[in-house]
Amino acid sequence: MADEALFLLLHNEMVAGLYRAAEQGEGENGRCTTKLESMGFRVGQGLIERFTKDTARFKDELDIMKFICKDFWTTVFKKQIDNLRTNHQGIYVLQDNKFRLLTQMSAGKQYLEHAPKYLAFTCGLIRGGLSNLGIKSIVTAEVSSMPASTTHSCNECVQEDD
Amino acid sequence: MLGSPDRRNSELFTLTYGALVTQLCKDYENDEDVNKQLDKMGYNIGVRLIEDFLARSNVGRCHDFRETADVIAKIAFKMYLGITPSITNWSPGGDEFSLILENNPLVDFVELPDNHSSLIYSNLLCGVLRGALEMVQMAVDVKFVQDTLKGDSVTEIRMKFIRRIEDNLPAGEE
Repeated sequence: MADEALFLLLHNEMVAGLYRAAEQGEGENGRCTTKLESMGFRVGQGLIERFTKDTARFKDELDIMKFICKDFWTTVFKKQIDNLRTNHQGIYVLQDNKFRLLTQMSAGKQYLEHAPKYLAFTCGLIRGGLSNLGIKSIVTAEVSSMPASTTHSCNECVQEDD
Repeated sequence: MLGSPDRRNSELFTLTYGALVTQLCKDYENDEDVNKQLDKMGYNIGVRLIEDFLARSNVGRCHDFRETADVIAKIAFKMYLGITPSITNWSPGGDEFSLILENNPLVDFVELPDNHSSLIYSNLLCGVLRGALEMVQMAVDVKFVQDTLKGDSVTEIRMKFIRRIEDNLPAGEE
């Protein structure tokens, strides 16, 4: 049972460490955000696999997105998504008003330019989770004011063979 | 329902750590560099973790290294990783001991591939311990001497007290 503080510190150090290495020209250059997103993707896949082992099949895409907003988000971030909007054509907007990975940074506009680095992993997490549930998606995030973050998930359903 | 929240959270950390090690192995050409990077990152985490620990555990100042060992094994490891390593193999001078972990949560679901035999997978832990203790004025050396990932029956971490740090400024790299 790893404590939440450990994950938060690990995540922040991963972001800091990757950017530090890129600046110093160590290892492979650049593409830090891509790396963070890919790491999140792998973790999302693994997590969803464990969560949904014993649950019933989801009814539809909306059901899956609700699961992400409630159970998945609660497990990872200790709270649910505050607001879910959709155009019912594959685009979902998830809003978290107190995004846990940003609450330690600031309240308001300070450090806003750094916020995207702290969202990349989470975008991957969602994309990875959805991927293992049969949904191909593109996930982006934005922050207009800390610590609220909005994630856009653009889903293209991949039909699973039943 | 979906398994206890604590367990799933532990998987989040374990999986994230695994993704990190995998990424580092891609970024750095050899295991030694990965080990160093894990240690450095662990150090940075440790210097922050200690604040969280002191705030939540209400532990007072340790008077000697034996007390420190107890606090690390019975309180810190329990709080953060949910395990209680045993403390053994004290040196005659009382400045070195081993932590024995029957199971290491970081390595759930992990197998080391053959071409990474020098990788110290959990090396982050050494950095964390080193960084945290430095913040409470103790310079220590921490290393793995046994690792279940390498076929040993237990995981053993050896901790050696080097000296008391008199300065208030951290001595290590950032």
